Amino acid sequence: MTVSQTSFGSHEPVLDVQDLTVKYIGDSRSTTAVDRVSFSIGTGEVFGLAGESGCGKSTIANSIMRLLKDPAKIAAGSISFGGRDVLAMSPEELRRFRWQDVAMVFQSAMNSLNPVLTIGEQIVDIFTTHAGLSRKESLRRAGELLELVRIDPARLKSYPHQLSGGMRQRAVIAMAVALKPSLLILDEPTTALDVVVQQEIMAQIKELQRELGFSVLFITHDMSLMVELSHRMAVMYGGRIVETARAHDVYADPRHPYTQALMGAFPPLTGPRVPLSGLPDGVKFRNIPDLAEVAPGHLVAPFGAGDLSIAHGTQATDDEDAALEGAIR
Amino acid sequence: MSHSMLSTSTGSGPARTDTPALEVRGLGKSFPIGGLFSRDSVRALHGVDLAIGRGEIVALVGESGSGKSTLARCVARLERPSEGSILLDGTDVLKRDRFQASRAFRSQLQMVFQDPFGSLNPAHRIGHFLRRSLAIHGKGGRSETETQARLEQLMDTVGLQTDMLDSYPHELSGGQRQRVAIARALAVEPQVILADEPTSMLDVSVRIGVLNLMRRLRDEQGISMLYITHDLASARYLADRTAVMFAGELVEEGESLDLLANPAHPYTQLLVSAVPDPARAGSYDPVRRAELRQAVMASTSCAFDGDPDQPCSGDQPVRHQVGDPGNRHWVRCHLYRPRAGAGGHALAADPAAGPSADAGISVHAGPPASAHPRKASA
Repeated sequence: MTVSQTSFGSHEPVLDVQDLTVKYIGDSRSTTAVDRVSFSIGTGEVFGLAGESGCGKSTIANSIMRLLKDPAKIAAGSISFGGRDVLAMSPEELRRFRWQDVAMVFQSAMNSLNPVLTIGEQIVDIFTTHAGLSRKESLRRAGELLELVRIDPARLKSYPHQLSGGMRQRAVIAMAVALKPSLLILDEPTTALDVVVQQEIMAQIKELQRELGFSVLFITHDMSLMVELSHRMAVMYGGRIVETARAHDVYADPRHPYTQALMGAFPPLTGPRVPLSGLPDGVKFRNIPDLAEVAPGHLVAPFGAGDLSIAHGTQATDDEDAALEGAIR
Repeated sequence: MSHSMLSTSTGSGPARTDTPALEVRGLGKSFPIGGLFSRDSVRALHGVDLAIGRGEIVALVGESGSGKSTLARCVARLERPSEGSILLDGTDVLKRDRFQASRAFRSQLQMVFQDPFGSLNPAHRIGHFLRRSLAIHGKGGRSETETQARLEQLMDTVGLQTDMLDSYPHELSGGQRQRVAIARALAVEPQVILADEPTSMLDVSVRIGVLNLMRRLRDEQGISMLYITHDLASARYLADRTAVMFAGELVEEGESLDLLANPAHPYTQLLVSAVPDPARAGSYDPVRRAELRQAVMASTSCAFDGDPDQPCSGDQPVRHQVGDPGNRHWVRCHLYRPRAGAGGHALAADPAAGPSADAGISVHAGPPASAHPRKASA
């Protein structure tokens, strides 16, 4: 939230996703992992995608990067990046598109570093392969890059195992922004890290974002973290977006029962100790309708009156599957 | 192995009520590092004193590498402590069962692990895990009907359907699996459950359900728990008391709400300030953090200087009383410094940290013999 709110509001979207539908096609049955999802991300905007495992948020990220593998298929919809149709790109175009235009930091990305190469060799590799720079120039740029995320450039000669988890994650983030992409996709960038390190990484991302001005698609299940970092956010459930608005509006005034349940799943750090419940028993959302605007910029999927029974601090229930049920229809 | 022990477990009713269910005194653990002939060791735990009363949940918080899990592994007898004693129900179990955990010990203390995907054998049905626990500890009753009734009761306690007894682990969600792991621990009717990050691998909406289950077990069955986590908010939600661990030593302990509202140790303050909380705008303050880090590693003053009961000391981990004695909230004297090299990750990972912090990392990670020459060249 310390990121200046003025930086978003640009009407030129960097990324525009319309009615994206992704299916996992099996022999006997198919699963719709992402169902008619639309959103756009403006220049310099941080857009959050919240939801639990299985709700399709990582599938969306992989669709944008065109990283989906069989049996996943983009069944319908369009993804356009800076006016270009991502779904129509040739392999050669894709190669340039990835990393140069859109970079992605995966969950526990710090474990994706090659253990037998030094950090320096791995960063130099980016510049020589994607930017065609000389080795010497690449090495200089690699040093600058580490300084950007406040790692001592002497660390270029270190192997991944010699760095702590937080440092490795910072190095991976540095590598992601090496080619100055205009969109950075962060898929649960801090799930494997401690709170203290997590806070540092998030501060680092905010700072880089301010400095380099890229847009961010931020994927996480941690609502508190998301509200802190994002300008706008969307909540997903069973492959559908159930609510989208400015992050603080979602936090202050969650409308959809699922959003409310997700918010209620995080015990507060202040105030009295009240019993919380996850998603209450028996509440499952099916056939989620299209979003409708309830307030300026605040869109919510209409829900039945039967689902309205959710209130904060009610009887604790033990529901497990509600979130998953929707995804495996 | 020791069948004679079996009778003691069934015979030992609740002893004197003032005895803590689990007490750890001066527990220490060092791991040798640096190869076969090296005499170096890294001190993972040092002088840990912790007591868990009957029907009490104590949370142990701290970042990774602070020694939380080592403490749990020592208490569970998966790791042999280098020093100190572990008292279950007032009995020193390290003296009673010198070499490994006895069945009597296991029937008093059970563990629930972090990963419900790894802790259940995929080749067996859910019923099998529970039946084995019952059979090994002789809690299955005399007949198949009694065993079956007990199984159904266990499933009911943890909030699972009885027909899931015939399911395989892969058919269950993470939360359901963790409930099976809890049911398995409950099958032997333990007095103490050690739960090592039981919710960190679960989905968000399921976590609260598991925490609520643990709370219910405490309230209804009077089971004591050591809840190990790095999630301060969940510790506050679940635990009666919270203990904070840093670099293998406890630095602060107190009633959960009081401790998190008035953290007295700079390390606890650092942890609390790192929790994302939208209600607390502008929570990241690099200057304040740098000060806290400095205070954790090399404090030159103690906020409790002049404590009439406990004079400050840089050599002994003096415990200062914080606030109302009723809260049993104490903090370790700020002047006391953790031994060099045992420093926590939080400080080593500081972007602004100098070479001293780097030295800390090389102790933790990697084969030092090969790491050092590269370091020198760097």
